[in-house]
Amino acid sequence: MSEHSKPERSQANRHREGRGGEVTDERAESEGRATPSEEGTSRLKGRPEPAERSEAIRHAVAVIGRATFLAAVLGFFALPLLWLATAPFDARPGITVSVPEFTLRNFQALLDNPYALTSLRNSLIQAGGSAVLVVTLAALAAYALSRARVPGRDALLYVLLLLSSVVTGTAAMVPLFELATRLGLIDTHLGVVLTLSGGLLPAAIFIMKDFMDGTPTSYEESARVFGASSGQILRHVVIPLVRPGLATIAVWAVANVWGSFLQPFILLRDPDKAPGAVILYTLYTEGGAPRLDLISTFSLLYSLPVVVMYVFVSRRYGFRFHGGIKS
Amino acid sequence: MIALRGLTKEFPGGVRALDGLDLEIADGEFFALLGPSGCGKTTLLRTIAGLETPTSGNIWIGGTEVTSVPPGKRDVAMVFQDYALFPHMDVTANIAYPLRIRKVPRSRREARAAETASRLSLSELLSRRPGQLSGGQQQRVALARAVACHPRAFLFDEPLSNLDARLRLEARTFLKRLQRELAVTTVFVTHDQGEALALADRIAVMSAGRFTQVGTPTEVFQRPANTFTAAFIGSTPMNLLPGTAGDGALRVAGAVLPLPGGVPDGPIVYGVRPEYMDLSPTPRADAFAGKVAVVENLGTAHLVTLESREHLIQAVVPEGAEPSAGTAAWAVPRPGRGLVYRDDRLVSPSPANGENR
Ligand SMILES: Nc1ncnc2c1ncn2[C@@H]1O[C@H](COP(=O)(O)OP(=O)(O)OP(=O)(O)O)[C@@H](O)[C@H]1O
Ligand SMILES: [Mg+2]
Repeated sequence: MSEHSKPERSQANRHREGRGGEVTDERAESEGRATPSEEGTSRLKGRPEPAERSEAIRHAVAVIGRATFLAAVLGFFALPLLWLATAPFDARPGITVSVPEFTLRNFQALLDNPYALTSLRNSLIQAGGSAVLVVTLAALAAYALSRARVPGRDALLYVLLLLSSVVTGTAAMVPLFELATRLGLIDTHLGVVLTLSGGLLPAAIFIMKDFMDGTPTSYEESARVFGASSGQILRHVVIPLVRPGLATIAVWAVANVWGSFLQPFILLRDPDKAPGAVILYTLYTEGGAPRLDLISTFSLLYSLPVVVMYVFVSRRYGFRFHGGIKS
Repeated sequence: MIALRGLTKEFPGGVRALDGLDLEIADGEFFALLGPSGCGKTTLLRTIAGLETPTSGNIWIGGTEVTSVPPGKRDVAMVFQDYALFPHMDVTANIAYPLRIRKVPRSRREARAAETASRLSLSELLSRRPGQLSGGQQQRVALARAVACHPRAFLFDEPLSNLDARLRLEARTFLKRLQRELAVTTVFVTHDQGEALALADRIAVMSAGRFTQVGTPTEVFQRPANTFTAAFIGSTPMNLLPGTAGDGALRVAGAVLPLPGGVPDGPIVYGVRPEYMDLSPTPRADAFAGKVAVVENLGTAHLVTLESREHLIQAVVPEGAEPSAGTAAWAVPRPGRGLVYRDDRLVSPSPANGENR
């Protein structure tokens, strides 16, 4: 429908350029973006034709183009969400969005699944445990790295960051499994928490160090002169000052663990311990067809805690970055 | 009492910020550390506080050696240049923080914070955060926090430098009164010589990690021990002119001046403050001849800069007596006010045992 206006418009532009001879800039402009900017259109002024009319047409085309573009982008993101909102209440959900034939039966069916609710609890345990571990260790490590003069500190950080993608990446799964087996961590929440935290820590330290670097040392020195111990300085001064950073790390860790599939899938065999992400993959019929009613309902329940957490944390602390991540 | 012996601090990288300092500060004394930027004032203060470990030398506070005692155990309070008020605590919590560390019960420490705050006229602001205070109020909160813990010594690192000129004068008077009242030994860092002269019982002038002179404001102002101190102290820099001593007279920049007793013959540097110069409209043998280059209005007086052959000579003249630019004038140093330096050391005797003014 209105999708067509896009190629039409840019063709029209090109046609005009051919006459006007202003090729270079205008061409790049119209090819690069669907919606021409005001200056782009204004450059086409000064034709002998009825300038006002063509101006109005161009304006209309620009508006339509912009709206189409936005609608496409919005639709791209909104449709899945809309599906997530309607499908769970639909008696016969498909993969398209439709006005639901309202029912709560899907929830009932999901509750009958022995693993659905426990898996959400498992997700909470693993995400919460990892977040606590990551925040604690990252805060301590970042504080030390930010305040102490350690030779080769930056190199260390970069190597850690580089390796972190390897540690929990697919390539390391076999050795990780091997390690977890030897340590008796297979089928334990602790195994999953440690593995995932290990992967998240370097980036968390990196981000936290940036926050720590952004807080002046005079606060801590002032407290030190008044006789505060290192622990007191950390509790009374440093932690409150970098709280937005801690909140950011915590949310980021939770979201990461919440969506992790591979590591818990490999490290946990007992479905009683499996987190939501893994259980989601079991919601198929015996024939291998997806049970859309269960999948949609479970997806809704599965995504709610993360959404709630985002809203809560950003209300309470506000996400902030001190000038982004510096080297 | 604070005492330093051979205190040296070398930073990694070879910067010698403190270079063998010896000093004694008496109980209850208001002591100013004065010097240009980078001379080591902050480093000295931080070393006394224990935030820096000296490379060598010793520190005593109140008769005990504290060289390797951690900062919290030295019983000093420091006010930082940026005040370092904790932004997440309100004024009460900030003032009470040192007491909280000492495990004073909440009600007692809050009472004490309120009491200290009222003394510094901060009672209205007790529940505000530092971010909601003006610079002057923040400065008073920082002072209150230092006062509330009754330390053996105050260490102030340029506490007035963030205030505007007017507020600074008020804060200066306030600080002096507070210190008198509390009678706590105070080390005060400043690069503003006026502040040091106004506040301190004694001043140490620093340059490149060493004391160039330690003395009362009067001593330091009237008889700077060397040309560095002479040039540094005073709101208008001292005239320092090369000359020679010989034949019973000083010959400096075309003027022939009486030779103070005790000055050996040879090359000298003659110093005289612009405030101790008079302008004469007619030629005189004991005057520096020159042409008026600039006249600057100081409010109640004028600073006149004379251009002589190879020097600039400055004199302060009273209101209404200023010459106009471009005219010839003769600057006459007042008798007994000139200082003679030889090899960068003051050699002219003090007026008390030499000639009189
Ligand atoms: N942590 C440090 N590492 C290396 N050099 C330092 C350090 N701190 C200070 N310095 C150097 O020591 C010297 C004295 O510094 P200090 O901060 O004591 O100067 P200051 O007299 O307080 O100057 P200002 O009036 O500008 O505050 C300077 O040359 C400075 O560069
Ligand atoms: Mg300083």
